[in-house]
Amino acid sequence: MNLFTALADMLWNILPIAMVLFGFQSLILKQQIPNVKRIIVGFILVWIGLTLFIVGLEQALFPLGKLMANQLTSEDFIGKTNLSWVDYYWVYIFAACIGFATTIAEPALLAVAIKAEKVSGGFIKVWPLRIAVAVGVAIGIALGSYRIVAGLPLHYFIISGYVVVLIQTYFSPKAVIALAYDSGGVTTSTVTVPLVAALGIGLASSIDGRNPLIDGFGLIAFASLFPIMSVMAYVNFAKYLKK
Amino acid sequence: MKNIQEHLVEKIARRFFKNLLESAKDILPIILVIVFFQWVVLEQNIPNLDNLLIGTAFVLVGLTMFVYGLELGLFPIAEALAYSFVKKGSLFWLLVFAFVLGFGTSFAEPALIAVANEASKVAQLGGVIDNNSMALEDYAVGLRYTVAIAVGLSVVLSMIRILKGWSLSYFIIGGYGVIILTTILAPDFIIGVAYDAGGVTTSTITVPLLSALGVGLASSIRGRNPLTDGFGVIALAALFPIVAVMIFGMLV
Repeated sequence: MNLFTALADMLWNILPIAMVLFGFQSLILKQQIPNVKRIIVGFILVWIGLTLFIVGLEQALFPLGKLMANQLTSEDFIGKTNLSWVDYYWVYIFAACIGFATTIAEPALLAVAIKAEKVSGGFIKVWPLRIAVAVGVAIGIALGSYRIVAGLPLHYFIISGYVVVLIQTYFSPKAVIALAYDSGGVTTSTVTVPLVAALGIGLASSIDGRNPLIDGFGLIAFASLFPIMSVMAYVNFAKYLKK
Repeated sequence: MKNIQEHLVEKIARRFFKNLLESAKDILPIILVIVFFQWVVLEQNIPNLDNLLIGTAFVLVGLTMFVYGLELGLFPIAEALAYSFVKKGSLFWLLVFAFVLGFGTSFAEPALIAVANEASKVAQLGGVIDNNSMALEDYAVGLRYTVAIAVGLSVVLSMIRILKGWSLSYFIIGGYGVIILTTILAPDFIIGVAYDAGGVTTSTITVPLLSALGVGLASSIRGRNPLTDGFGVIALAALFPIVAVMIFGMLV
């Protein structure tokens, strides 16, 4: 992709948001914007930074990651026919690794982690939180891949997941519940979605009886559900260690 | 004078280098995973190595700049806004703002556009819509409106929740209940799409904004805890679209 068109595209995404923010602050609320220059510099940095980030990913990492997802799911790689779900073990390992790695690189998660560390007065730390979320995504995507291979209905997993989350909510410290729920939403954006979607579609198209259009969906749902569990588990574990 | 300037430049350069190292730690896992699988598992060479190196350099510099920009621009303006809304006491404008922000950022979200297009193909396969490109386009746009309205409403509700100090847990438990109910009633083909729609609406720019807004609002109001009350805006923004898409699937 051309760097120039990418910059223009990203400007198109950011400008309306910036206009809403600045418009409300100065026209409707009639309040001064503190440190206007700094904030504008900040927006320009976000604009150029995010563009470079995405162009770099699309240039280098996405094509290779998608190619791998396709190769790992093909019968040529696995080397035999009449496959059972166990034969796809490299797929599950890949799913877990790539889920973990892309989550660590996810800028939205980093933003929330920075905010959480500040607000909690250091009780929640950036790196442990990110690792807890990434472990959740890893487990979620590996299990989601297994679901596609085994052809089990998505909502069984999601509804049982909800039950686990509700039980954990009951036992978790009240202060971190909201943060844990938020972790579910932040994991799936720029870095994770394209690679995970490629994995889902690759799996669903290489297995007999699966339709990539129907069975390829659902991995993102797994990646949003499991971090909620892993973050609450991490917080409970941290509390237990302190005692 | 010159000495001070030189000192400043050196300080900035040193900080930038330090942040670059931080970013390197963030993307190291991806590189390791890809290299390991390419070499050890698939036993292949890495194609276009120079492309990979240039791309990685872009990712590094981009991530570093983004994090800088967050702290300089995005976080402060969202906090200033939250503070101004409380100071002015204009509930009406706060809710209008919340809806515009939620609706606007989701409707334009590239990930949502991609999922909506895929979903309209699924609907065609299920025989729900006619086999022509007009019907496809209509379905995809309808889906995007549905999700964007759902996100807008969820942000509005989150603002009210923070103002009133209601516990997030009730909303989540209620939301899960509604999701389970709609899952039973919704046509099968839409369920996967609906569950995924929750995850794709929250983008890299929306997430920092919404969490800064929530935390800013909770810190400006006496009696609210930024950690307990301020977070959770994204959680609701991820739940509402799931229900909305399933209802969309039942009606269309």
